[in-house]
Amino acid sequence: MNTRADISRGAGPGFSIGTVSTLTGLVALGVLIIAGNAADPMMAAHAWTFFFLTVLGLLITGLWAGSLNGRNPFDPAIYEDTIVKFGVAASMFWGIAGFLVGVIIALQLTFPNIFYFPDLGWTNFGRLRPLHTSAVIFAFGGNVLIATSFYVVQRTCRTRLAGGMWPWFVFWGYNLFIVVAGTGYLLGVTQSKEYAEPEWYADLWLTIVWVAYLLVFLGTLWKRKEPHIYVANWFYLSFIVTIAMLHIVNNLAIPVSLTGSKSYQLFAGVQDALTQWWYGHNAVGFFLTTGFLAIMYYFIPKQVNRPVYSYRLSIVHFWSLIFIYIWAGPHHLHYTALPQWAQTLGMVFSVMLWMPSWGGMINGVMTLSGAWDKLRTDPIVRMMIVALAFYGMSTFEGPLMSVRAVNALSHYTEWGIAHVHSGSMGWVGFISFGALYCVTPWLWKRKALYSKALVEWHFWLATLGILFYIVAMYVAGITEGLMWRAYNEFGFLEYAFIETVKAKHIMYMIRVAGGLLYLTGALLMAYNLVRTALGHGAAGEAAAPDAPKTATPALQPAE
Amino acid sequence: MAIMDKHQKLERHSLLLTVGILVVVAIGGLVEIAPLFYLENTIEKVQGMRPYTPLELKGRNIYIREGCYTCHSQMVRPLRDEVERYGHYSLAAESMYDHPFQWGSKRTGPDLARVGGKYSDEWHLDHLKDPKSVVPDSIMPPYAFLAKKRLKYDDIEDHLKALRLAGVPYTDDMIANAKADLVAQASPNADFDAEDALVARYTEASGREGTVKISDFDHNPQAVTEMDALIAYLQMTGTLVDFSTYEANDLSNRR
Repeated sequence: MNTRADISRGAGPGFSIGTVSTLTGLVALGVLIIAGNAADPMMAAHAWTFFFLTVLGLLITGLWAGSLNGRNPFDPAIYEDTIVKFGVAASMFWGIAGFLVGVIIALQLTFPNIFYFPDLGWTNFGRLRPLHTSAVIFAFGGNVLIATSFYVVQRTCRTRLAGGMWPWFVFWGYNLFIVVAGTGYLLGVTQSKEYAEPEWYADLWLTIVWVAYLLVFLGTLWKRKEPHIYVANWFYLSFIVTIAMLHIVNNLAIPVSLTGSKSYQLFAGVQDALTQWWYGHNAVGFFLTTGFLAIMYYFIPKQVNRPVYSYRLSIVHFWSLIFIYIWAGPHHLHYTALPQWAQTLGMVFSVMLWMPSWGGMINGVMTLSGAWDKLRTDPIVRMMIVALAFYGMSTFEGPLMSVRAVNALSHYTEWGIAHVHSGSMGWVGFISFGALYCVTPWLWKRKALYSKALVEWHFWLATLGILFYIVAMYVAGITEGLMWRAYNEFGFLEYAFIETVKAKHIMYMIRVAGGLLYLTGALLMAYNLVRTALGHGAAGEAAAPDAPKTATPALQPAE
Repeated sequence: MAIMDKHQKLERHSLLLTVGILVVVAIGGLVEIAPLFYLENTIEKVQGMRPYTPLELKGRNIYIREGCYTCHSQMVRPLRDEVERYGHYSLAAESMYDHPFQWGSKRTGPDLARVGGKYSDEWHLDHLKDPKSVVPDSIMPPYAFLAKKRLKYDDIEDHLKALRLAGVPYTDDMIANAKADLVAQASPNADFDAEDALVARYTEASGREGTVKISDFDHNPQAVTEMDALIAYLQMTGTLVDFSTYEANDLSNRR
């Protein structure tokens, strides 16, 4: 592998292949030892999974490296786009898987009799619910973020991704984490900390992958050919850095044994609770918000061919958003045994958070200045702008729900479920779909998407699906919240708990319908993207006269 | 504006930007979380709290494994209807040995912070095997398989040791006798000395009589099953603190 040209450059392609393979080999060796001494069957299953997949990775790397014949696979003159293509495929796959599990667990709550398996613990809601949340947040959302960040950082720095083989380690390592996390939930391996369920060994692995991700990203920034770091990259960077901090602190745990899957959290009770919701709220803030705001800052200006509305607003809303978000966690613990001073701090900062959130929304929407017609003509732009509308809605609703008096009603009810789904399906989902629709023809060098009509169908099915979903859950949530606190004329509680469960049945059915519409939209999308990549339909037509996107001027006068 | 021009520095130096981000996002957590570890009035002064017995601990781990927290909270809020429906509002002290906490975030089913002692063992057994048998409109999934699975507890001492590392006051005595204690709690009338030793150990830790319940929770004297452990745990939730001596209005307890 080490040709003279490689050596003369110091760290040639062989170097990164060597370091990645060495680390992977060490991990394979380590997990083999654990697999041989596993204290419980879950650990054995996971150690073998790790072992086979890392060995498979080594084999494929070896075969691939052997077939290079001296060609530099990491040619600095061209962008690393293959990894982004893999990321698009992984996002679509995990997205559909996650939405499907969502529909299944919604069905379980609606028709418990048809999923009633007294002897199959892994089919129960308690094990499938983390599978759904992790699949949509970390598998779908995470792959979208990794793929788009790799795409955007290369374009905005005008340089190839740093680290040679390391970006591939990040991509496959992250997806290995997803597989271990997901199978773990089915096997009953969980820390029970919401959105941080994977056990200590999966957490350790993710830490390694995440540090590699940070270094690849920073390394690319270091060799940029632009003097300034583009605004989207600030957001990606804050997402990567903050998630690292949150992940490490919230997952501090003591394993029962180094060969067993179980661990105990280092913190207990009230301290553990606030650490968890400091993490949980900022998983929303930094995974599902700043990461996807980065997508907004690149893909909306690019697709509408206008500059970002306000540079100053970008600066102000970036720093205020990341500063204030971190404080908002305690609003998940209103009226609990958390000291009230902390609850009050959380509430005040949550209300303040409204402003930077809307600052970001305004900056995104106003980027359409002078190109408002695109809302009508381009369903991809419409999708991303509606994403911002949902973002604006849920970042107004969030501060509202963080007011203690409102929270007394909304907490523990379906209102919370409605809130997160308007944010996740509306904001995260739509901005991701928009980005994937943009990036697929760009990556596969297609003139356009296979079918614009299918995008229209996706847009309307998904929008309708979200509305069905959230309206049903708002009604269900407020209904049960009011029923829990209802008193009869004798001063007794009016309803038994089970009556409040029964009252939600119809709303649960409407939610299933909404979820099915959303899932159908995603299936249409997957079909559309595959046909686009294959160059079918409009994607394969000869380039129109005004064709190459890059040829049109990036900035046009507003009037 | 001059301050906006200064931002150029951050835009041109990725490390400066990274450090800037890290400092800005670290502040909130430090101010809110760190004081909880040293402010003395974070956790109320109560009588009766003790570490979980080995069987209860195993049951709690099953509760976690099955994802019960996805539908059941364990946190009664100080609101009139909740106190009437579930009992005394939850105290921070009641989860001081909970690694991790189980306060939950959603009530698809009712709160379980004080379910201990509310129903009989038989009710729990029937309910877990087939929830609709006792609550016809229930949407809870069935957990009959727990009654068929023998509880694995070879490594129970390691669990207690790990928790002791995290700060739970398990004594050497409790760790050395963990297996015997576990079996004794699920096997009434089998070994009276072992039962007495178990009760003595955890009563001393609690400082309060009657916090250890010994029962054949799953009505299967042949084996200690996962069902035994889960019901043992459910039957003790929220029962440890002695509320007759708790002074809610004492200054040190007002937060």
